[in-house]
Amino acid sequence: MTDHRANRPAPGVEIELVVNGATRSAATEDRVTLADFLREGLGLTGTHLGCEHGVCGACTVLLDGEAVRSCLMLAVQARGRQVTTVEGIADGDDLSPVQLAFRESHSFQCGFCTPGFVMSTVALLAGNPNPDEREIRETLSGNICRCTGYESIIEGVLLAARRNVEAGLPG
Amino acid sequence: MKLPPLHHNTPATLEEALDLLGEHGDEAKVIAGGQSLVPMMAMRLARPAQLVDINGIASLAAMEDRGDVLAFGAIVRERAAEKSSVVAERAPVLAEALPHIGHVSIRNRGTIGGSLAHADASAELPAVAMVTDAHVVVRSRRGERIVAAEDFFVGHFTTSLADDECLVEVRVPATLPGAGWSFQEVARRQGDFALIGVAAMVALGGGGSIDTARICVFGVAERPLRIRTVEDALAGAAPSPEAFEAAAADAARDLEPPSDVHGSAAYRRHLAAVTVRRALTAAAARAGVPG
Repeated sequence: MTDHRANRPAPGVEIELVVNGATRSAATEDRVTLADFLREGLGLTGTHLGCEHGVCGACTVLLDGEAVRSCLMLAVQARGRQVTTVEGIADGDDLSPVQLAFRESHSFQCGFCTPGFVMSTVALLAGNPNPDEREIRETLSGNICRCTGYESIIEGVLLAARRNVEAGLPG
Repeated sequence: MKLPPLHHNTPATLEEALDLLGEHGDEAKVIAGGQSLVPMMAMRLARPAQLVDINGIASLAAMEDRGDVLAFGAIVRERAAEKSSVVAERAPVLAEALPHIGHVSIRNRGTIGGSLAHADASAELPAVAMVTDAHVVVRSRRGERIVAAEDFFVGHFTTSLADDECLVEVRVPATLPGAGWSFQEVARRQGDFALIGVAAMVALGGGGSIDTARICVFGVAERPLRIRTVEDALAGAAPSPEAFEAAAADAARDLEPPSDVHGSAAYRRHLAAVTVRRALTAAAARAGVPG
């Protein structure tokens, strides 16, 4: 027998997590993904949703510093965790190094996929400040772009990596 | 693409999780990394009313070298195993397979146990479990079972797990000293599911002949297949290019792979012969056969 009660919306639960350095709390339902919670619960619409089933990578955010797909996690699973979105990497009006490098390299056209590429790149460079092109391509294979043909995105990451080397970061 | 209504349970202990599974039966589903289950829920291919989230169960988080086996608790992330020097040294075929799974952001969440329990016929880790003769430990309120990989995989998305059971640990035998291994996969893009893949191991005996060969092909049937007739034929043979060519042809001949938009059955059978030959050759080279 199907329990039809299960088809009613679950009662709201209040969850607390740290988003871009600030403790945030809001009500959600168990079934809501982290991506929808960020966008609709917290108003952080920089995280984009393309496919909503883990293929396109547009919704990539950092969970405790690691890149994850926020459409493949429930918001309630992020309780007490640290989440970083594309809104959290610039310093006020000063773009982050990856954002700057992407802008200078024309690493986007329509920009829909860009938040995901930026966050995947931030995670990559945090672990390896100077990856080679093969590592970059493998890492970004999880993000889909329908405009650029990818070459300018790779150039943007390579530019950010070169600047890491110039800044004396190991790699 | 929004998920259906569900109740998210967060047991703090395995016992609580097993109670929930026992109580809810087929209405419940275990969630670990969620990298396969959540897409299936988004597509309405799965609709569990109760999710039993095992991520908070500390006893399932260990990755241990126990000498003869490496043990992976059910919530060990694929990425953690991929970065482990112990895995690279002691279970190198697993280390070589891991980077083929999805993408970094998938492996940061996805678990080894979850991939086995999901049992996608095109997935890498079930084939690794088969070629290494791994075991999985499953628990329920009724007790514990230790199941050989050969008996665990039943079909596409189907294992011998009962509704009230939870996979708690994966035990991968450490590679024997001197054994060579290889993992080969053909996919249309990095991270895609395999059109075909092969995991192989070769160990040499006295006089330089093959003592043991193991071949597991995946993506060609409802479950990963050990090609035991070819394995047996290779035992005692000289590890020559001709022997591997013949073994590869024999291995591919009886396969009945699917035809779909990604490739015809004939193309997959052709790829099977090529990848089996490459896998045996690479494994033999690592076992010490001069190239």
